[in-house]
Amino acid sequence: MPSSAYDPACLPDFLPLYYRRLFPFAQYYRWLNYGGVQKNYFQNREFSFTLKDDIYVRYQSFSSQSELEKEMQKMNPYKIDIGAVYSHRPNQHNTVKSGSFQALEKELVFDIDMTDYDDVRSCCSAADICSKCWTLMTIAIRILDRALRRDFGFHHLLWVYSGRRGVHCWVCDEAARKLSAAARSAVAEYLSLIKGGEETVKKVMLTDPIHPFIRESLAVVKHYFPQYALQDQNILGRKESEEKVLALVPEDILSIFNIHMAERNPERRWRHIEVQQTAKKRQYFEKEIMLQYCYPRLDVNVSKGVNHLLKSPFSVHPKTGRISVPIDLTDVDKFDPFAVPTISLICEELDRPKADEDEAKSEDTKGKENEQDSTEKRKIRDYKRTSLAKYVKYFDQFLAGMADSWKGKLLKQSDLQKEF
Amino acid sequence: MQFPSKKPKAVTDLKAELYSQPLQFYGQPPLENISLSEFESFAVDRLKLLKTVENLGVSYVKLSDDYKKKLDNEIKTQNFPHGEQTEKRRKDHISHFILRLAYCQTEDLRRWFIQQEVDLFKYRFKELECSEKLEFLHKNNLQYNTISAEEKNNLREKLATSSYTASGVKVEEQDFYKVPFQDALDLVRTRKVYLEEGYVYIPHNEIVTIVLNDFRTRLSKALALTARSLPAVHSDERLQPLLTHLSHSYLGQDYSVQKNVGKISLEQIDSLAGKSFPLCMRQLHQTLRDQHHLRHGGRMQYGLFLKGIGLSLEQALQFWRMEFIRGKVDADKFDKAYAYSIRHMFGKEGKRADYTPYSCMKVILSNPPSQGDYHGCPFRHSDPELLKQKLQSYKVSPSGVSQILELVKGMHYQLACQKYFELTHNVEDTAFSLSHPNQYFTESQKVLGGGKDVKRETDTLQRPQENSAARGLTREPAGDESQHLAEITKNLETDFQDA
Repeated sequence: MPSSAYDPACLPDFLPLYYRRLFPFAQYYRWLNYGGVQKNYFQNREFSFTLKDDIYVRYQSFSSQSELEKEMQKMNPYKIDIGAVYSHRPNQHNTVKSGSFQALEKELVFDIDMTDYDDVRSCCSAADICSKCWTLMTIAIRILDRALRRDFGFHHLLWVYSGRRGVHCWVCDEAARKLSAAARSAVAEYLSLIKGGEETVKKVMLTDPIHPFIRESLAVVKHYFPQYALQDQNILGRKESEEKVLALVPEDILSIFNIHMAERNPERRWRHIEVQQTAKKRQYFEKEIMLQYCYPRLDVNVSKGVNHLLKSPFSVHPKTGRISVPIDLTDVDKFDPFAVPTISLICEELDRPKADEDEAKSEDTKGKENEQDSTEKRKIRDYKRTSLAKYVKYFDQFLAGMADSWKGKLLKQSDLQKEF
Repeated sequence: MQFPSKKPKAVTDLKAELYSQPLQFYGQPPLENISLSEFESFAVDRLKLLKTVENLGVSYVKLSDDYKKKLDNEIKTQNFPHGEQTEKRRKDHISHFILRLAYCQTEDLRRWFIQQEVDLFKYRFKELECSEKLEFLHKNNLQYNTISAEEKNNLREKLATSSYTASGVKVEEQDFYKVPFQDALDLVRTRKVYLEEGYVYIPHNEIVTIVLNDFRTRLSKALALTARSLPAVHSDERLQPLLTHLSHSYLGQDYSVQKNVGKISLEQIDSLAGKSFPLCMRQLHQTLRDQHHLRHGGRMQYGLFLKGIGLSLEQALQFWRMEFIRGKVDADKFDKAYAYSIRHMFGKEGKRADYTPYSCMKVILSNPPSQGDYHGCPFRHSDPELLKQKLQSYKVSPSGVSQILELVKGMHYQLACQKYFELTHNVEDTAFSLSHPNQYFTESQKVLGGGKDVKRETDTLQRPQENSAARGLTREPAGDESQHLAEITKNLETDFQDA
């Protein structure tokens, strides 16, 4: 589906429409309220808004879904960030005795940004992305999702497209939200294999024995490597990029490899490196190269802090106009960031006539509706008419998955109260 | 502390249960009456034990065979007599809590106490039988279970490739514990363990790390709480003197009371710097002579050291003034700015606190030097290349230099300094465990002094080998309390002076 050309200058016109008729407030509140299991969980949550002219306001908090809606419709934020659940209402933090206002809980989050891969992708750089390098995000999602579920035992993961050049992961399990900063940092480090910055040539070093986590991650990388690295990125094709690869190979191997310089086919050239690898015990340079080119690069600082603010799902990216939509993992290989609806597209879609007559009829035949109900229903119908629909539906499924655990908790709580 | 059971337990029942365990977390304080003499002797015996733990930890690799043998010896013969298990354990329990009272007061004391108790605990935990270990974990709410042989078999390859089985012990032969990952963050962070569904699978020999961390955390919190109730304890006249002396004994000497004031003349300092100063002070002295200036960190570290070796206030003022004037500072500025801070060091200004010269721990751990600073511990803070050059310029033999650098690499900074002492004084083995720059100076003077001092040196050399039970504490047959206490405290000082 082609998106309408988006012009950032039109944002002030689209935002009010978006927040009035399209933003899925009901689901959003349902998520952040977490079933009402913990008192004031939503009320003590910090939000931050970036308004027109880059005005940034922190410590926003709301006492209910309707207050959230009203405020957002009033302020029309360009960007929305979600922060931690605090000990008190963030918008009253100045009235609290200094030292008592503490960030208590927050989802465990990860931020994968394409610019962190600039040293290993040749198709784009900086804020640009294309279908060739997007595979890196696919690999990142697969590896991290598996590890967070299988290794750490988390169940409720929400992967979100950031709107421009990366993805975010929100781990919403209760255990995850309660993690200390030290624990978050430990999780992030467990998941990190790429060490070193500008000055470091070789960023991945493997030692015996290879940990099961690394093995599993390598399996994912191996699956994508031939198409992604050898073909799309053509890392062994051009001299310059090939030199970069060979810089990661030990000196003594290099001399043997250079004999096969004549080989043109990239996969066969890679095969030569593979072969050398198996010949040498206790050296893993072939694996190290694959990991350096493909393994996820995450910013530990984003994950560490309990109070760290991260872009909210369903917020708009001001530069691209794209909505930060949840990613359906069952179809992750097919996810196309360029097919993600822009705010201009979905606003445009709102104006198109309603195609499905039956649906409209069934809505009308429902008994007496008061004013609020019909407004609600219109809103529900509104986003359903647009390309946003399938993403909200996926978000609903995600919430339904969590709802079971809330029900269980609420039951337990009421049981305890009954017992004297 | 809350008792989990509903019925109140009789004290004897509780004791029986508590002392049925060979090891405990010291969660509950003892709830009985004891005599003052038991109070004293228990405390002193445990302190001796902890001192042994400290000394052995410095001289041997912890938990090596030598270490274990010697520590076992100490525990059995010297401090905790053969006898009924319950008696031993009761003594262990009570003595631990008494020492908490003595060692909760300052950061330094707490740190020392926690370190020795953790080391002792580590040794004793490792000596437990497997079943006893499991029982310990369960009794102390560390609900870590071992996995069944079947589960182990299923996970065999994964366990083998993830756990750091350094000694080549096979998976089949070790027990593995299943622990929630939040309780084993260090192992998770470094990926040294197998992780599945939020649980880490820790081999037997690693479970100690978890337990130790738990022990350390609990003890640290407990000491903080104890410190708050200290005023009430100190108001008891019977206890206060003993507790004060117990805590001073750890330090042996903190060199706060100057013994040889005025015995050193300023002219001697240059030669003393070369002969008897530890490397850190030698470096500071050299810099002062070269640059006619030292920054604040250096002035504090060196100035207090000089006070410790016996410089009087007047001498100190003269010393610093003379040197600074040779630099960019004129007499007037010195008197206005720097003189004040020197008088402050001697307790003549401000809150009139008589500052104590820095111990090695303090020099190594706090206030690291930055560009333009010369304080700190050279073994810790100097770049190894520079350190090497410096040692060579001080005529240390190449083999000596590499021995020192090895110790530095292993982070044994005080041992490195001790080695430096041995090499520059031409002695085989230092008789002391270095913990203070002024101690270095005193010991050096002893070695260089010769004559009467030599005899004292051999005396201190022999002491660790003597069975100190033979020396024991002399006790008056009956007599009044205060004399009794004075006797104890006098013996404590001589006992611990070599520390």
